[in-house]
Order: sequence, then structure tokens, then C-alpha cells
Amino acid sequence: MDWTFIQRFTPMYAEAALLTLRMGLTGIALSMAVGLLCCLAQHYRLPALRQIARAYIELARNTPLLVQLFFLYFGLPKVGVRLSSETCAVIGLTFLGGAYMAEAFRSGLEAVDKTQREAGECLGLTGLQNLRYVIFPQALATAVPAVCANVIFLTKETSVFSAVALADLMYVAKDLIGMYYKTDEALLMLVAAYLVLLLPISVVFSWLERRLRYAGFGRAA
Amino acid sequence: MANPLLEVRHISKGFDGTGVLEDVSLTVHEGEVLVVVGPSGCGKSTLLRCINGLERIDSGEILLRGKPITGEKRDLVAVRQKVGMVFQSYDLFPHMDVMGNLLLGPTKALRRPKAEVEAEAMAMLKRVGLEEKAHALPRTLSGGQKQRVALVRAMLMKPEMLLLDEITAALDPEMVREVLNVVLDLAKEGMTMAIVTHEMRFAEAVADRVIFLEGGVIVEEGAPAQFFHHPKTERARQFLNTFVYEAAKKQSENSADA
Repeated sequence: MDWTFIQRFTPMYAEAALLTLRMGLTGIALSMAVGLLCCLAQHYRLPALRQIARAYIELARNTPLLVQLFFLYFGLPKVGVRLSSETCAVIGLTFLGGAYMAEAFRSGLEAVDKTQREAGECLGLTGLQNLRYVIFPQALATAVPAVCANVIFLTKETSVFSAVALADLMYVAKDLIGMYYKTDEALLMLVAAYLVLLLPISVVFSWLERRLRYAGFGRAA
Repeated sequence: MANPLLEVRHISKGFDGTGVLEDVSLTVHEGEVLVVVGPSGCGKSTLLRCINGLERIDSGEILLRGKPITGEKRDLVAVRQKVGMVFQSYDLFPHMDVMGNLLLGPTKALRRPKAEVEAEAMAMLKRVGLEEKAHALPRTLSGGQKQRVALVRAMLMKPEMLLLDEITAALDPEMVREVLNVVLDLAKEGMTMAIVTHEMRFAEAVADRVIFLEGGVIVEEGAPAQFFHHPKTERARQFLNTFVYEAAKKQSENSADA
């Protein structure tokens, strides 16, 4: 094991890790927004939008991210749409993640008893008030484990960004292996970098899930 | 009798082609307690659910203080702020403590100041013997306690009328009493109520008028003393007898045990 090599290239990994994190977080935040919209379109049976959401979810979940990225990065320029690596990466991740998030949110919404909505209605709450104070808090509590799993899954999926020439962790590792033949060191650092990124997220999520069990929320006012 | 508060005129309601309510008409006057009894599946609950718009009626109309609350232009939110409803399954909000449950309607739907409602809520909790539970989560309460909270939650909206849908059906016998006492108390204060129940003794005690519903039609209507002791129709007699039979059977079982 060549420790000076590891020392020398750690900053490079750190930089790549930051890029991975930035792309990942942007994509995940957008995924949640897309997921929420799709989930609401389905839940409220909005005509047309609901079918579009369903078709999108099936398309996104049943094609690999790598294929989606190739389509964006190599396919679209052929029809005159040229996107940067970063844009492709974020759009690709959002496309994939939105579908998974939609399903996670939907499971949460469906888990809220119909009678809860009725109880809220019977208190004279408007539809939006009912959603905000009665339905969403409970739906979210149920959806949290699935959403957390998706966040970790999507963060790991960023490893295919290297395929569209984005200098993420995977890209750096491949680069170093190609240039210096230091396969062991490069891969060890790659694994370590992903763990450094994901372990804290994982710990925070386990804590969050424990807190939200029973949809209890401790003592919400 | 005072003014009619609620008028149900010739309503019908079906689910997937099966008629549940057929041409039902009734009036509830201000301060009156109407009890609806009848065998399971006779449309009692559906009737209550139609009144506050949880189910859409197929035909007929419903008026609250002479104003239609059914039809195209209905304002369900406004109706529900005036007509409270309590369900068999309590349906407290599990993610809020008791006080949160009580405050939600008055502060959000009616936009009343929190401190004011809080004081009222505490007073009401005290009345039903639950002031110590103000900050407990619903899942830590017994069924009877939950249902009392649900009653307080509905009452804090200061409704003109309460609809109670089999509110003791899910309770253990000893808890039934503590809930029904609260309802009897409300009746004494002149709260207008429409109550669906299987507790015949309670029905007799609380009712000003009884309606016997079967197969979606009103079979008999009358004063409680008359209905429970001298029913006019054969069907009502049979229905009431099932309760006597059950009581008799229980008695013979008990003596066999001894």
C-alpha cells in the first residue's frame, strides 16, 4: 500500500466528493419535488396528469440511470440540444429519483386512514388545511424510511455520472488507476470516500426513523 | 317545539346501484335529540354521513335552518363548521397531543385566538374528567378517554348540531357509560343531536324522538316511551325483541355458570 500516493491524491478525492455531494443533493431535492407532484397527481386522480405521472414513473423505474444519462448526453445533441455534463447528471438523477420518491410519498399518503381525512373535514378544515395539518404530517412519518432509503440509493447512483465525463469520485478513481496503475490505493480511497459521504447520512436517518415510529412525533403541538 | 334546525327532505342514496336510503324525510328541531335505531346495514350511518356531506345524496335535499346544504352550490366547509360529527373509531389525530387535537378546528377553521380556545378546552376537559390528559398522545388513552376527547373536540367548534355515529360501538362495556354520561349531559344542556346507537337503554334515556330505520326506509317514528314499550309496527317489535332475547340468553348463561 502506497501511503504517500494516498496522501497526495486525497485532496483530489475530497474535491470529487464535494462535486458528487453537490450533484447528488441537487438531484435529490429536485427528485422530491417531482415525486411530490407526481404523487399528488395520482392521489387526487387529476385527469391526464395522473396518466402522465404513471407512465413517467414506469419509464424511469424500468430503465437504468446509465441509459438515461447516455440519452441525455449523447442522444440529445443529435437533435440539437446540447447540455453540460453537470446538467445531464442532475436531470438524469432527478428523472430517476422523481419516480422513486413519488412511490415513497404515495405509500405514505395511502397509509393515512380515510377516516383521518373525514375527521379533519368534519372539523370544518378546508382541503388544504386538512392536508397540511392532518394528512401530510402522518403521510410523511410513514414515508420517511422509504424516502431515506431512496436518498442513499440515489447518492450511490451518482457513481455512474463518470460515464458522462463528470469528474465525480468514480471518475477520479478510474483516472488514477489508468494513469498510475495504483489500483488498490485508488479503489480503497474510493470506498472510503463513499463511506465518509454516506455513513453520516445513514446514522442520521436511523435516528429520524426511530423518532418518527408510530407516527408519534414526540409532542407536536 | 322550537324551530326546525335540520330538515331532510325525501333523500335517496345508493352505492353501485344498491339503494341504501330510499325517500327518507325527517326533521330535527332546535334542542331536540333524535335517536336513529335499526339493524346493521339499514342505512343509519349513511344517513348521518349524508347530512354533513361525507356522502353525496342522489336525490332530495337537506336544509339547515331553512337553507339548502345539498346541491351544486353547497359550501361543505361552512356546513361542517356548524354540524359536528363524532365517529365510532374516535379518529383523533395520532400525531398531535390531546390539546393539539382540540385546538386544530377552532384555531384553523374558525381562526379563533389560541389562548382563548385553550382556556375553553381546559374547562371542557375538566368537565369530562380528562384535564390531566391535555398533553397526552392519543395512543396512550383508553377507548373511553379517546371518545370523550373526540366529543370535546367536536363541541369546541360550538356546533349548532352534533351527529354521533355509533360512538360507543367500539368500547368495552365499562367505558360505554363514561362516554354516554357526557352525551346525556350535553342533551340536558339543550344540545341538538342526531344519534345512531345500538344501546337501547341509552337511546330511551336520551331521546326526545326515535326513528326506526330498516332497509333504508323509516319504518316507525315516535316518542321513546311509546317506541320502546309499545311499538306500532311488527318489524320494530321484532327488532326490539332481539335485544330482550340477548339479555335473556345472557341471564340464563350466567345462572348456568353459577
